Amino acid sequence: MRPPTNYQSRSLRLNSAWRYAVNHLVTGLAILSTVLVIVPLVAILAYLIYKGASSLNLDFFTHIPAPVGETGGGMANSMVGSAIVLALASSMGIPVGIAAGVYLAEYGQGKLLAMAVRFTADVLNGIPSIVMGIAAYSLIVMQQMHFSAFSGGVALAIMMVPTITRTTEEMLMTVPHAIREAALGLGVPKWRTVLSVSLRTASPGIITGCMLAFARVAGETAPLLFTAFGNQFWSFKLNEPIAALPLQIYVYAISPYDEWHRLAWAGALVLILMIMVSVTLVRIYAGRGALKGAS
Amino acid sequence: MEHLNAWYGMTHTLQDINLNIPANHATALIGPSGCGKSTFVRCLNRMHETNPIARATGVVKMGEVDIYKDASPVDIRRRVGMVFQRPNPFPTMSIYDNVASGLKLNGFRNKAILDETVERSLKAAALWEEVKDELKKKSGASLSGGQQQRMCIARALAVDPEVLLMDEPASALDPVSTSKIEDLIFQLKSQYTIVIVTHNMQQAARVAENTGFFLNGKMVEFNSTDKIFTTPSDKRTEDYITGRFG
Repeated sequence: MRPPTNYQSRSLRLNSAWRYAVNHLVTGLAILSTVLVIVPLVAILAYLIYKGASSLNLDFFTHIPAPVGETGGGMANSMVGSAIVLALASSMGIPVGIAAGVYLAEYGQGKLLAMAVRFTADVLNGIPSIVMGIAAYSLIVMQQMHFSAFSGGVALAIMMVPTITRTTEEMLMTVPHAIREAALGLGVPKWRTVLSVSLRTASPGIITGCMLAFARVAGETAPLLFTAFGNQFWSFKLNEPIAALPLQIYVYAISPYDEWHRLAWAGALVLILMIMVSVTLVRIYAGRGALKGAS
Repeated sequence: MEHLNAWYGMTHTLQDINLNIPANHATALIGPSGCGKSTFVRCLNRMHETNPIARATGVVKMGEVDIYKDASPVDIRRRVGMVFQRPNPFPTMSIYDNVASGLKLNGFRNKAILDETVERSLKAAALWEEVKDELKKKSGASLSGGQQQRMCIARALAVDPEVLLMDEPASALDPVSTSKIEDLIFQLKSQYTIVIVTHNMQQAARVAENTGFFLNGKMVEFNSTDKIFTTPSDKRTEDYITGRFG
């Protein structure tokens, strides 16, 4: 072989030095961006703990709000109320969202209806949350002539659907066609292939999508103003107004009392912790039974 | 098989194929890339129907059953198993569940029979000794490429098909795994009708009694493997196997 000329070897060396530089630069930018993402999260959490932790006590978790002028009281009814409304929203929003995503990815390819559904989901995603509240208000509250936990659940469910639908669709599209063929080639009917093979293979991504949707609506206040309405007392009935943490935080935060401000901070802290705990629990539960070497 | 024609969109991929594939023998299909071999085997278990722009006409009979008229695609695919070019294990399932999937996903639940079937299929695919200790712990996707392909063969055998279609089953594998797969085909062909697509002519010569040569969507020649490779009657076959084109 001919030895490289001076010109060639020099340009090669320059080239590799340049590549190393770019490599370090891009790695550095990636790390910087990661830090930028984490900083606000940590800062918000730290500030909430700083402002709210001192007001957290047993009463906060076991008592309902104290009447104006009295001290003490807690947000027990709001926590339970939030849990009820979110459970309602998830039980309606997650199945509908996943089913629509399955249709888009597995059955509706190239169909007009699918394009319409996809477009609607994207538009729905961009609609301000207060509009969802008004929609649920006119569809349910106006018909029944009273506020209710159920209408709050519906408002939040509608907000969850587009996110879940689009993530489900995208995650199903990443399942290799060869895996579907493997199942179909074994004489497995299509519906069974979708359920047991496609959805199962895509499930980590779909669960993430559901969690994102859940976390997003858990902190929503606006849609609940017209629907769940809030309640200063215990209520477990789905057809009556119910308390919710974001509503209670909202009411306390705009009040003129320092005591209530402190409780609002504590409520915000509890809300974030509730979201973190439920997301973590779902992750642990979903990751249970993972196999060695599963990709 | 009579007058089989197939199209992908506007492309006439298979043109008037007439062929009689003998039962309980291995039949090899050779030919250059894009000549329609894969389309052909897909028409044998109606897998081409999963592609919305594909369609086929003609008659494909298995015994007395016309697979396009007398049965549903799902029934046909249970009787005509398929092994694909690249190993395609179910990544979320254990080795055990992968092999049992054909039965389990069709609603079969009897544990004793499942256990027995998984063991028998893995033994038939010469994989049992390598995986028997970690059947339910390891994901099917964690095996090596050759092991995955043998697992996919075991998976196809577990539903007890009559015919096994293999679309270049060894083309993504190293020589050692390839020879294991070939040994396997050699053993399996007494019990199953095997149709194997291959680019490797030595492979066709080693495993198959009969060989068909495809070119541009037409079946050029079909004869015993010996004849095809020693005294082909068609000039184009001779050119192909002597490496003059393709």
